Amino acid sequence: MAQIFTASADTRLRAMLLMAAAALVLAIVAGYASQGYGTVVGWVRDQPVPFSHRHHAGDLGIDCRYCHGAVETSSRAGFPATHVCMTCHSQIWTNAGMLAPVRLSLAQDKPLIWQRVSKLPDYVYFNHSAHVAKGVPCVTCHGRIDRMPLTAAAHSFHMNWCLDCHRNPGPALRPPGEVTRMDWSGWDDSVESHRQYAALRVRVEHIDPVKLTQCNVCHR
Amino acid sequence: MKRAILLVLLCLLPAACNDMGRQPRSDSDEPSKLFADGKALQAPPEGTLARDDPARMAALQNRPPLTPALLQRGAERYAIYCTPCHGLTGDGHGRIPSRGFPQPPSFHEARLKAAPSRHFVDVITAGYGAMYSYSDRIEPRDRWAIAAYIRALQISQSMPASALDEDERRRLEESGS
Repeated sequence: MAQIFTASADTRLRAMLLMAAAALVLAIVAGYASQGYGTVVGWVRDQPVPFSHRHHAGDLGIDCRYCHGAVETSSRAGFPATHVCMTCHSQIWTNAGMLAPVRLSLAQDKPLIWQRVSKLPDYVYFNHSAHVAKGVPCVTCHGRIDRMPLTAAAHSFHMNWCLDCHRNPGPALRPPGEVTRMDWSGWDDSVESHRQYAALRVRVEHIDPVKLTQCNVCHR
Repeated sequence: MKRAILLVLLCLLPAACNDMGRQPRSDSDEPSKLFADGKALQAPPEGTLARDDPARMAALQNRPPLTPALLQRGAERYAIYCTPCHGLTGDGHGRIPSRGFPQPPSFHEARLKAAPSRHFVDVITAGYGAMYSYSDRIEPRDRWAIAAYIRALQISQSMPASALDEDERRRLEESGS
């Protein structure tokens, strides 16, 4: 009678078990990295003041640049100085307990310490002004911030997410004068004319996907 | 065998490190131990001038020539920084006064129609009444652009419709205002 197991069966079994264990670990790591638990997409953080973008940007219709004024001229959009909050709140809601930290910040000349929700690693050199000047609207990366009562990151900011645009930048481009517009729901309806618009803008702005996907565009 | 497996696992471990993501440097909005006040972003010492300050001061003194580009820039900046209180047409009925902020005067009253453009530039620079200074948010050249756009608003609100040509009148009627 022939033997059921060959001499190498033990080794193969061990190899298979090892591979199964490795696949399990990989699946857990990859799952963690891509899910909300790892990327904290949609997670709000404790802030010194429960600031509502929905109220300020949505209901009141204040332009993003009223507070994030550096976005057009610098790499950072910038956190507004306490002085900017007090432009209105020196007169409105002057006794609100919720705003006590803002008044204290002004009185003591100490900045409010906001917790950043849209974070990039230090080895990524993102430039806000470059994106805004070419017409990438705020909503593309920050989501419908005008609908967020408390602010949370809208995207994972994983490298493949950045590259999706950098490989094919045309469809992400909008008129630069309308970068702070939040609702673009009608934009994709006119497919053909906007395909032409995308191609034209890429040409006019000298946007070259080959250059945009070089490592040193984002990593120096 | 066991040692080999351990070695492989050990080699995989560095993948869990992410020291590059948070480097020992101070970014502008972050706290920093380098300075007594704990801020990475330091205000320039008193009496210092930024390299472009003389140009900015000159821009504030000298009114730029009126061009369509300047007016368009003014319209855009006006929409960002002024409409919350002064309203789209400059009548002072913005969203913020409707929520309790003191109502600003209309740009269409006689006093402000007679005021020189420099008056608006000065108010943007230094503030006025309940209005804070916007010198930290609006560049000198843009202050002149906004002043120019306020002039355009003033003309637009007192212009009889009969003074418009046919095409403009049609567009006015289409817009429904």
